Amino acid sequence: MKKELVVSAIKNGTVIDHIPADMLFQVAKILDLTSRNTLVLLANNLDSMKLGKKGIIKCQDLYFNQDEINKIALVAPSATLITIRDYEIKEKMNVGIPSYIEGTVKCYNPKCITNVEKVTPRFDVIDKSELKLQCRYCQKITKKETLTFL
Amino acid sequence: MNLKNRNLISISDYNKEEYLYILKLAEDFEKNPVQDVAKGKVVATLFFEPSTRTRLSFESAVCRMGAKVIGFSDASNSSTAKGESLADTIRTVSCYADLIVMRHPLEGAARVASEVATVPVINAGDGANQHPTQCMLDLYSIMKTQGTLDNLNIAMVGDLKYGRTVHSLVEAMSNFNTTFHLVSPESLKLPSQVKMHIKRKNLKYFQYTEIPDVMDKVDILYMTRVQRERFLDIQDYEKVKNSYVLDKSMLINCKPNMKVLHPLPRVNEIATNVDATPQAYYFQQAQNGVYVRQALIAAILGLK
Ligand SMILES: [Zn+2]
Repeated sequence: MKKELVVSAIKNGTVIDHIPADMLFQVAKILDLTSRNTLVLLANNLDSMKLGKKGIIKCQDLYFNQDEINKIALVAPSATLITIRDYEIKEKMNVGIPSYIEGTVKCYNPKCITNVEKVTPRFDVIDKSELKLQCRYCQKITKKETLTFL
Repeated sequence: MNLKNRNLISISDYNKEEYLYILKLAEDFEKNPVQDVAKGKVVATLFFEPSTRTRLSFESAVCRMGAKVIGFSDASNSSTAKGESLADTIRTVSCYADLIVMRHPLEGAARVASEVATVPVINAGDGANQHPTQCMLDLYSIMKTQGTLDNLNIAMVGDLKYGRTVHSLVEAMSNFNTTFHLVSPESLKLPSQVKMHIKRKNLKYFQYTEIPDVMDKVDILYMTRVQRERFLDIQDYEKVKNSYVLDKSMLINCKPNMKVLHPLPRVNEIATNVDATPQAYYFQQAQNGVYVRQALIAAILGLK
């Protein structure tokens, strides 16, 4: 039996599936979806085999670049990114936390040069499961709890 | 070994063989401190925050090698005070000098400078982050006093949580099969991030809260200051403050080869009655800083 769609399908664009329910609005926020002038559909607390409860976002005519995909990965590493063309699934990919991040996240250290001068923050991801990012400049570690996006 | 045009921003930028090469060069400069090898070269010392001791040590090193110094000792009389970015200052100074030595209050500043400079950069301290030439001179002092860097027992005493010299020295000495004896108040223990360097090499470390507990065990007693500002509760500070002051009377059962090091300036963590004991080495340690900086400058300028 075909599963009924809770959120209506989009013709072209991107579907972000398998977002942990408590991260849905965080993902919407970091992708700046509130200020996009296009059809954006959000649904939360859908039943999920993998996550228990999940969220899903469908964005008409929106495609995300690597920087945006990195941001999604940092807050919702379980997410799947699905590209839709003419109602068909064109491409499906799991977002993964990259081992190096540039220009996405702020260094939490207020005394870091990247927070004072115009310097692009750069991090090595030293722990993907606990999400620990080591600043290439001040060497301090930004953790999940102290993560803010640029 | 060729270190020409290499930056020195963090102690981890150089490997064990490179440390040893620099220490060997430093030994040569100690034997013969006045060598005109850098004649005609210009070294810029850019001190965005004042540090008289470190600046004079570098400038003394430069002068003894026959090179000239340009720069500033305080950001208030530099272009930074007029709002110029660090990157622009560094790009400009790169046109005037063969080597940049810089100190900056912000962490990571020296790394940023090395990315835009067209000449090599030596970090002379970036906030609480790194001060690699201090670490090199600590290594040199340990080698001079013990005859080797290998298989030593080293005590690190005081503020092990925030002390950047301690962190760098632990990282560097982890290359030499060191056993670490860590003496600190409970709240100022060595961070796990730094302990990783010890664990990665499968070395041993022991933690203590009192200096006498390590006195008969160690070859080096590396003292640092426990600062009042590091305690949330002033009563906690009052309770421990006297435990981290080294007095002559505590040296009675030390090993005959044991030496006391300190990155200086000292406030009260080493009583002045220690100064005249054979264990005191902290003033020679500062003197060694000039030789080590000569060695680094010579190597990075490609003169040695
Ligand atoms: Zn940083």
